[in-house]
Amino acid sequence: MSVTDDVPQAPQAERTRDRRHERDVALPRWMWVPAVVAFLVIALPVLGLLLEADWARMPELLTSEAALAALRLSLETAAASTVLCILLGGPLAAVLARGRMRGLRTLRSVVLLPLVLPPVVGGLALLYLVGARGLVGEALNLGFGITIPFTTAAVVIAQTFVAMPFLVVSLEGALRTAGERYEAVAATLGASPALTFRRVTVPLVLPGLMSGTVLAFARCLGEFGATITFAGNLQGTTQTLPLLVYIQRETDDAGAIALSLLLVVVAILVIAFARPRTTEGIR
Amino acid sequence: MKVRALLGLLAGLALLLAGCGGSSGSADTGGSSAAAAPRTLTVLAAASLTETFNAMKARFETDNPGVTVRISYGGSSDLASQIVNGAPADVFAAASDATMKTVTDKNLTAAAPRIFATNVLQIATQPGNPEGIASFADLAEPDLKVVVCAPQVPCGAAEQKIETATGVTLTPASQETDVKSVLGKVSSGNADAGLVYVTDVTAAKGSVQGVTFPEAQQAVTNYPIAVVKNAPQAGLAQKWIDMVTGEFGQKTLDAAGFGAEK
Repeated sequence: MSVTDDVPQAPQAERTRDRRHERDVALPRWMWVPAVVAFLVIALPVLGLLLEADWARMPELLTSEAALAALRLSLETAAASTVLCILLGGPLAAVLARGRMRGLRTLRSVVLLPLVLPPVVGGLALLYLVGARGLVGEALNLGFGITIPFTTAAVVIAQTFVAMPFLVVSLEGALRTAGERYEAVAATLGASPALTFRRVTVPLVLPGLMSGTVLAFARCLGEFGATITFAGNLQGTTQTLPLLVYIQRETDDAGAIALSLLLVVVAILVIAFARPRTTEGIR
Repeated sequence: MKVRALLGLLAGLALLLAGCGGSSGSADTGGSSAAAAPRTLTVLAAASLTETFNAMKARFETDNPGVTVRISYGGSSDLASQIVNGAPADVFAAASDATMKTVTDKNLTAAAPRIFATNVLQIATQPGNPEGIASFADLAEPDLKVVVCAPQVPCGAAEQKIETATGVTLTPASQETDVKSVLGKVSSGNADAGLVYVTDVTAAKGSVQGVTFPEAQQAVTNYPIAVVKNAPQAGLAQKWIDMVTGEFGQKTLDAAGFGAEK
């Protein structure tokens, strides 16, 4: 649309041009082959879960006390962790995208570490820092009588640790793509930095922020390794759905599959409702 | 141009797949034992057997030139489901009768399993036992941070059995997914006490202190071993079991804290 707007032409010519334009951006045909393979790599295992599921026992398996407690805890902790990711990761992304200081490259690679570290190692690292004998843990215990491991707070910390890079990377990319032109214009028109941020920057990067938020929330929902090593496993306090799935599998495959499907459904709902309106809708 | 790119992509994909497939079978058969026809014995063993089976592996490979023993350690139920799902294996050594039963129920052992060791729970405390824990009932103290295994795994099932037998109910800070995690929570100072196997305390070499309690005998854990049905190396598998149940194997297990074969 924008391509043709600035070139006044007869309607007929415009239409042919449009069609040719469409044909030009069409995908090369070979790309469908790896694309389909890629889709199947992801979709077929989930199909396997569906085929293996014991549908008759499903209602009973999903409404057990442990399942409901885990679902509730998962949603609550994932929501809390996502909010923390936005409040802390948003400014971090802004610093990374717009900061002028030295060492930003190093800083960025540190931010990406949770993507590389096995979550179990992340959990161990948290335990060494915030655990009973950790630097921060000892101070918290002596100063305030607070212990973090085995509490719901530990679950939120673990999820925030692993999910933060997803938000930061998405938002930093959006900030870089948006550039600083509009903010500069707003400033020359006399808008304060706060007003510019609220009325110009945020609307510009909103799609990136939303997709980062969805990714972070999804990562929180599926978090397992760091939680099990750092927070422990206790119904109602630290036992999130992935932990319950893991422990259920020890004795009851059908129960574990049912709970996994519950997790899949929750994830699909979140992505389906949040994603199209934000990332694909606004362009 | 497009075709070449596609071919390159497919070739890359094929290489990748070939790499994935090949690594599981042939990688370990080479190496030092190139003289005779090299054979590989695959043993699936419960994680608590790591130290003892590694010692036996060294002995077995010395006694049987040309043989490589490949041991896959893991949670017993993980290993059992691997066998049920067709993983190639010669020997299965489980840390509970229940997990071995999931394999025998599907007729996937060559012969009836045999118990080669037993294990009992012990209380693991901080070194020096600063909280003065002396009995199972002491663990019910509300101020204590006690960590146990989840009831779905063998060490947790044993703990529940003891709770039922003694009438003492614990309120744990966490129900860990395996016994080594319980040990880790105690040795890292995050829990005051945990219930682990006596062999875990031995293996921890002083980073925790063991407290024996008589009620542990109410829940003795059996370690069954069996040759897997259609084992590629059935002869070697039986030889391995003979070693585990023989003098050297039993001595090694005893030194690690395991109870004797029944």
